Amino acid sequence: MKTCLIVDDSKVIRKVARHILETLDFAVVEAADGREALGQCHAHQPDVVLLDWNMPVMSGMEFLRALGDETLAKRPKVVFCTTENGMAHIRAAIEAGADEYVMKPFDRETLESKLQIVGVA
Amino acid sequence: MSSAVRTQPPSAGATTVLSALLEARTGQQLAANRTWRLEAALGPLLAELALPHADALVARLLDGQDHRIGDRIVDVLLNHETSFFRDAGVIESAVEAVRAAVPLGTRPRIWCAACATGQEPLSLAMLFAEDGGTAPDILATDVSASAIARARSGSYSQFEIQRGLPIRRMMRWFESDGGDWIANKALLSAVSYRRHNLATDPVPGRYDLILCRNVLFYLTPVVRQIVLERLAQALKPGALLLLGAGETVIGQSELLRPSTAHRGFYERVATGAAGL
Ligand SMILES: [Mg+2]
Repeated sequence: MKTCLIVDDSKVIRKVARHILETLDFAVVEAADGREALGQCHAHQPDVVLLDWNMPVMSGMEFLRALGDETLAKRPKVVFCTTENGMAHIRAAIEAGADEYVMKPFDRETLESKLQIVGVA
Repeated sequence: MSSAVRTQPPSAGATTVLSALLEARTGQQLAANRTWRLEAALGPLLAELALPHADALVARLLDGQDHRIGDRIVDVLLNHETSFFRDAGVIESAVEAVRAAVPLGTRPRIWCAACATGQEPLSLAMLFAEDGGTAPDILATDVSASAIARARSGSYSQFEIQRGLPIRRMMRWFESDGGDWIANKALLSAVSYRRHNLATDPVPGRYDLILCRNVLFYLTPVVRQIVLERLAQALKPGALLLLGAGETVIGQSELLRPSTAHRGFYERVATGAAGL
């Protein structure tokens, strides 16, 4: 079973994403900001991180940069999942090392297809 | 997403007329176990025309005053379900097979014979452009005028663009337009679009690759056989036919057989001594 870390400061988004991911047979762990997410990466070694952009404490972009400095057994795939839907944001995320990008709002098919594209579903 | 419009189920008489209309126009069957879909599919059209139920729609169809109503009904009854890179591995092997079969410098000819809103021909166009070989001629057709109009626009909603399309390809081949995403000129100009009825129209030419996915399933057995004959005629020698997962020519047509060289594809049975 693959593990997905959902990083989002919205409890509602985490709940919706968790529900979809569980129906796709993922084990799910959650974090409410980037710093908490770094801790969860060490604790759970997720296969994929679903990453919000705007969060308190540590943003998605800050997390992505910090992730590169961490010593993890394997680097998880990172899928941005955000309401920042403009090309400039998408480009910045991909240049910073994100593997895929989901524009909110999303549905089950979107998420499943993006997870297939990064090779975890 | 808005919830489905609640409508009264169509009467048996109305269902018969609508099924006959769909079958006459497209050769497709409205199977008995899909009548639930009929209700859901007609809801938005009934609301738009301010009609109370399907029987009123059938009355409008039969009075012959509104010449576009038949097209509009058929459009909503057709299944336009598709996505970018649907069965990605199959699409990639189709492009590889064409590259292997068509001589260098020759433009491959591709026909997407039921393209719905156009994600499949654009997926092919992206793959052919990215491998750097000779650009193919890609013809995309569908029986639905509204589907072809949408395909030709190259415009996709945020939900549609995210189904199956890797983000790097979206960045390279699409432009943002409000909440929608539009294929750029370079991509869209790689495909030509035309309305075409597989059941009644002559084939538009001969091709190195024909894709006809998830259509045969809906056709009546007689029409299915006619369509397969036409598709066989449209294959150049050595060309490949790709059907939907779970669709087959076996037991359906003498003119086609599974390809030995390309697993999952079909080819024309060589006819006569001149067959190569
Ligand atoms: Mg947020």
